[in-house]
Amino acid sequence: MTGGQASLSIFTQLYSLLTGSGTAAFFARIFGGGMAHDYAVAIWETVYITVSGTAIAYLFGIPLGVILYGTSKGSLFPNRPVNSVLGFAVNIFRSVPFIILLVLTQPVAKAVVGTKLGNAAFIVYLSIAAIPFVSRMVESSLREVDAGVIEAAQSMGTGNFGLIAKVLIPEAKPSLLTGAAIAFTTILGYTPMTYLVAGGGLGNLAIRYGIYRFDATIMYVSSFLLIIVVQVFQESFNLAAVKTDRRRRK
Amino acid sequence: MIEIRDLTKTYPTPEGGITALSGIDLTIGDGEIFGIIGLSGAGKSTLVRCMNLLERPTSGQVLVDGRDLTAMSRKELLRTRKKIGMIFQSFNLLSQRTALGNVLFPLEIAGTPRKEAVAKAGELLDTVGLSDRAGAYPSQLSGGQKQRVAIARALATDPSYLLCDEATSALDPTTTSQILELLAGINRERGVTIVVITHEMKVIEQICGRVAIIDRSRIAEVGKVSEVFSDPKSEMGRELVLPSLRPQAAGMTKRAVRVTFDGRSSFEPVISNMILECRCTVNILYADTRDIGGSAYGQMLLQLPDDAAAVSRIHSYLDSRGIQYADEDL
Repeated sequence: MTGGQASLSIFTQLYSLLTGSGTAAFFARIFGGGMAHDYAVAIWETVYITVSGTAIAYLFGIPLGVILYGTSKGSLFPNRPVNSVLGFAVNIFRSVPFIILLVLTQPVAKAVVGTKLGNAAFIVYLSIAAIPFVSRMVESSLREVDAGVIEAAQSMGTGNFGLIAKVLIPEAKPSLLTGAAIAFTTILGYTPMTYLVAGGGLGNLAIRYGIYRFDATIMYVSSFLLIIVVQVFQESFNLAAVKTDRRRRK
Repeated sequence: MIEIRDLTKTYPTPEGGITALSGIDLTIGDGEIFGIIGLSGAGKSTLVRCMNLLERPTSGQVLVDGRDLTAMSRKELLRTRKKIGMIFQSFNLLSQRTALGNVLFPLEIAGTPRKEAVAKAGELLDTVGLSDRAGAYPSQLSGGQKQRVAIARALATDPSYLLCDEATSALDPTTTSQILELLAGINRERGVTIVVITHEMKVIEQICGRVAIIDRSRIAEVGKVSEVFSDPKSEMGRELVLPSLRPQAAGMTKRAVRVTFDGRSSFEPVISNMILECRCTVNILYADTRDIGGSAYGQMLLQLPDDAAAVSRIHSYLDSRGIQYADEDL
């Protein structure tokens, strides 16, 4: 079967689905031969890799974002050397293409999870690639917090720790959640690279079946499922951001 | 008592620095409502921020109850700030907390036990007349209500001082009046010393006992409000009290007389009678008078005719009526 024929066949099938005949055959074609199970596993793997990667990236990204914010000029604890060095490191890591970073950080994965291959190792690569990005997102969310509110808290004798924990992060929460939705989608965009380390996931499925085995149907279905995963997460984060934002509540 | 001694503040710039404050000496006594008035950019907001060291002076001392803030350790300073409340033009409430949550904030920072803190915050919201809005978020409150929450929040740690940085400048006249009333009540009932920064004469008039006029980084004059406003000594003082008067009329001189009605003269048509009696015209450049209980209060600035005899008739007329006046050059 060639790629051309494959894409032709899926359109034919979509047509027959829309015209009401051959529905069963359509689903058999898509989910038959154990594929339903493969998709289910791939969805789970995608979600688990992306959620873990995002969570770990935030675990490190929030403190780093706070440091980037706090050490900047005129901020809570201005420190030019720390700010410059950290800012530079973040920019370096963000400049290196993910596929190169993945190769470069193999020793880290080996040290942390004991292997360079598989989903667990991939989460390590993903987190390392996402931490600098997430740090910048957190930093920019904190910058949006009204300087007057910070000043008011300072006038009440609030120290830096209180400012971070009780003013900056709570006030930036809607922006942080919106940022998390963007970070999640970006991180998800890296997951097909599991292909390189023998991992799993929908993107990987699309590459293995769709591209290397010329099975366009599986490629399309995998992509379609990815769209759904992204939509679900994006919408939940945005909903959470809007629902918990007290600024627009009437 | 807040004492400011020889305070200067300069902001470094590539051109060598901008002076925000220069040679400031000021003493604010306990229980006072002290006003600081000046135009935008005069340095008044910087000055009030030096009183709790949100701005660190370049030189000079800030003594609060005899202790120099500039010499304090950070920890000591944070503790001292709990005794100096502050409210702002833009209210600066935490947008993600309710009115009650905002008032609880300083108590959380001070480590007050939760139960006690909630009771206290409720009491304070009651004091500012907002107990029914405790669960509202700032976005659901009007400007006046937000400032009330901010006042309750500033009072949570039982401060001895309350700094108000243009606290009513974003509010309409009626709301301004209500907020000032509330501040005056707090000063009366709790003995809190209040420092009011404003560019509005009305604010100073309504609640302040003493006022400092600040002009281009320096204090132009300090004194009782009644004295400074009825007889401003400084150029800026005159400009603030008698704004925008420079029109010239034909047959008029550059001489004028400022008439002050201090309540002793009854509300008779003084100026009309004067014109009839002196048989000459005057040009009213500025007038702000009020009838309070049948007595006249306020000021008028009259441009005088180019006739020495008429001018002396005007003077003797005013003398005969016991009306205060002062000659002025335009």
